Amino acid sequence: MSTIRITGGTVYDPANGINGVVKDICIDGSRIVANVEGGRTIDATGTIVFPGGVDVHTHVAGGALNFARGLVPENQRAARKFLHGVNRRAGIGGMTPTTFATGYLYAGMGWTTVNEAAVPILSAKHTHEELHDTPIVDKSCLVLMANNEIVLDLIEAGEVERAQHVVAWLVWAAKVYGIKAVNPGGVAAWKWGKNASKLHESIAGYKTLTPAAIISSLAKIIEDLKLPHPLHLHCNNLGNPGNIATTIETMKVLEGRRAHLAHLQFHAYGGEDWPSMRSGAVEIADAFEKHPNLTTDAGAVLFGDAVTITADGPWQHMLHQLTGRKWGNLDVENETGCGIVPYVYRDRHTVNAVQWAVGLELLLLIKDPWRVYLTTDHPNGGCFWRYPEIIRLLMDKEFRKEQIKQLSENAQSRIVLGEIDREYTLFEIAIITSAGPARALGFSQKGQLGVGADADVTIYPAKATDDGMLFTYPRYVLKGGEIVVEEGEIRAVTEGKEFIFRPGYDEQIEEYIRPLFQRVYTMSFENYPVEIERVRGAEVITK
Amino acid sequence: MITLTLKEQPNVPLEAESISPDITAALSHDSICALPVYLGKRQRRLDDFFTVEGDASDEIQINGDARKVKWIGRGMTRGRIQVEGNAGMHLGAYMKGGTIDVSGNVTDWLGAEMTGGFIRIRGNAGGQVGAAYRGSASGMSDGTIIVDGTAGLEVGMRMKRGTIVIGGRVRDFAGLQMKGGTIVLGSGAELRTGAWMMRGTIVSLKPLPLLPTFAAAATYNPTFLRMYARHLRTLGVSLPFDERDGGYQRYTGDASVPGRGEILIWHAHDGATA
Repeated sequence: MSTIRITGGTVYDPANGINGVVKDICIDGSRIVANVEGGRTIDATGTIVFPGGVDVHTHVAGGALNFARGLVPENQRAARKFLHGVNRRAGIGGMTPTTFATGYLYAGMGWTTVNEAAVPILSAKHTHEELHDTPIVDKSCLVLMANNEIVLDLIEAGEVERAQHVVAWLVWAAKVYGIKAVNPGGVAAWKWGKNASKLHESIAGYKTLTPAAIISSLAKIIEDLKLPHPLHLHCNNLGNPGNIATTIETMKVLEGRRAHLAHLQFHAYGGEDWPSMRSGAVEIADAFEKHPNLTTDAGAVLFGDAVTITADGPWQHMLHQLTGRKWGNLDVENETGCGIVPYVYRDRHTVNAVQWAVGLELLLLIKDPWRVYLTTDHPNGGCFWRYPEIIRLLMDKEFRKEQIKQLSENAQSRIVLGEIDREYTLFEIAIITSAGPARALGFSQKGQLGVGADADVTIYPAKATDDGMLFTYPRYVLKGGEIVVEEGEIRAVTEGKEFIFRPGYDEQIEEYIRPLFQRVYTMSFENYPVEIERVRGAEVITK
Repeated sequence: MITLTLKEQPNVPLEAESISPDITAALSHDSICALPVYLGKRQRRLDDFFTVEGDASDEIQINGDARKVKWIGRGMTRGRIQVEGNAGMHLGAYMKGGTIDVSGNVTDWLGAEMTGGFIRIRGNAGGQVGAAYRGSASGMSDGTIIVDGTAGLEVGMRMKRGTIVIGGRVRDFAGLQMKGGTIVLGSGAELRTGAWMMRGTIVSLKPLPLLPTFAAAATYNPTFLRMYARHLRTLGVSLPFDERDGGYQRYTGDASVPGRGEILIWHAHDGATA
């Protein structure tokens, strides 16, 4: 095993309380150690040293993303091309990068761990195959659960204990790390052409089941199963003006339980309809501050092209009707659904301008950076490779104010971003890009540079490039102790791990699921679970 | 003037986007000979397939049956490409300016997504003339394409602006999902002309089968066609407009979208010549 000493760099390691201290980081093999003798020395004088970035919510693999890749050939034509090289596979970047390019782009930006946030069990095999082909970065993924009809039937019948065994069996069947709930009940209702935007009203197709019951039951089940990552929740009523009421009500439903609210920007709109839509970031940030049991990520929006991909089928149909852009819809049997609509966020468009502002407002108004993380809900609000643009907006209030001036007066009157003077420090950036998301995901060995941590280190130049960006081109990126990026070039392509959680459950539950499954699914029950041998680089965690 | 003479027909299509005035304008003879072309996945030299004469010019003449040579003049902004013979798919795709003149036939995706310039085909063209590539929101957004002969399917599909004139018969779906611009059909078209058209004008000098979602609006001689006719005459195209010769029946649609496009069909008076 090789040893490396990174010397002379200014280290930001918030998990260990290190705020801009010049110190050496020593690496032996794939871990950070206290000291090494000999080996390679990287002179990091005049640079800043961060723990490798962690993306808590992104869509980089699986059925929905692949559907999106197929739906937008025009983006692929315009995208950056990766030509194959000695140690690199060919691919394309753009809004929906190919698997190999995804790994190169994340690593090239200094991110070393990504969490694929939406996996139907039926396409879990496909997702694991694609994650294996996403090199360098470590991965985890979350299974979609809040519209699974077998689980919903049990929750409606009040059989929460049996539901817990079913959920645990499904988590292990999909070989995933955690659980995602998308528009609880809304995707099931979409199969009846309806949505579920009221938390306490029964869902189409059910007698008594409400979204609130699904949310609180799943949050409890996840806590009882001791999953490292709490309920990862895409709230009901995404994207609609006035949805702050739903979001705040969701926080109340989650009272006393841990949860992660995904892409909060899309759930923080005030007003009553599109003409009166305004930022609801102040109300949401206030409510969020009062719920220390919650974490969130921004789901920030950047102006330009995007592709919206979500299991939230009814919202995607709405977006298609609003924009007239092409629309893809998938029905994933009895588990979930999926919609795809390409989208362009325009700075002259009032609604888009408000969305852009809300993402930044949430990041700036929520005071504790340990509870709010940097994401764009890639590729929904913008591509992950544009994170450095958001970091610049957070760190430079003058630049931010200049950008606000580009917006129409109408848009400016609907946002509060112009009144916020907060500027992120490098220490806080290290929290929202790495230490915080690693902690929320329960990766104790990630997001920090303490002894024993994974040697995922990113070394950025301390001076911004000509375009004002600080984090676009890391000088070095180390992943698991290997130098994968050096002077902006991919040097080594390693294979990342995939983290999987194995919850405990009663093995007999399979005999309960089998007849239900055989009655309603199109595939045979034996072919449903993902075999562990299929997941290459799997690291199974049990509690 | 640079002259490229095809030595032999490549066995698979040759991708030759390096044949463009923008690229050759400042190159020496040797550099032009060494320009990369792709035969399947293999990179080859231009002079493996063409005899190259001349250097450093934005005028290119191609001799021979280059029907398998794709992407000639891709994205060109100036100069002239003269093809004495045939040319392959994607001729002048994405072009921004300059002129392409072909004595023979071309095939699909002629001038696809072009934003300016002039293309003249003396023979026939294939389908998707001036169209949007699959997935793109819009096709050609300016410039002029004139085809003396026939054309294939989806002529001007999703075009946004600019002019396409096809002298011969056109196949199905001319002006499919058209968003603007003008298509002139000298000899009419087959089925579903103007399907899903949002805006824009399709002028036909011969009767054509109309979709039921187009409604008859009027018979008239619009002033703007008089101006079009004057402009097109300078390009060698004759468009009737005089009310003594006949009139245009105007149909609006496609109501299934719903769109505000128009199809104008020329009806000559008895005995009038047009």
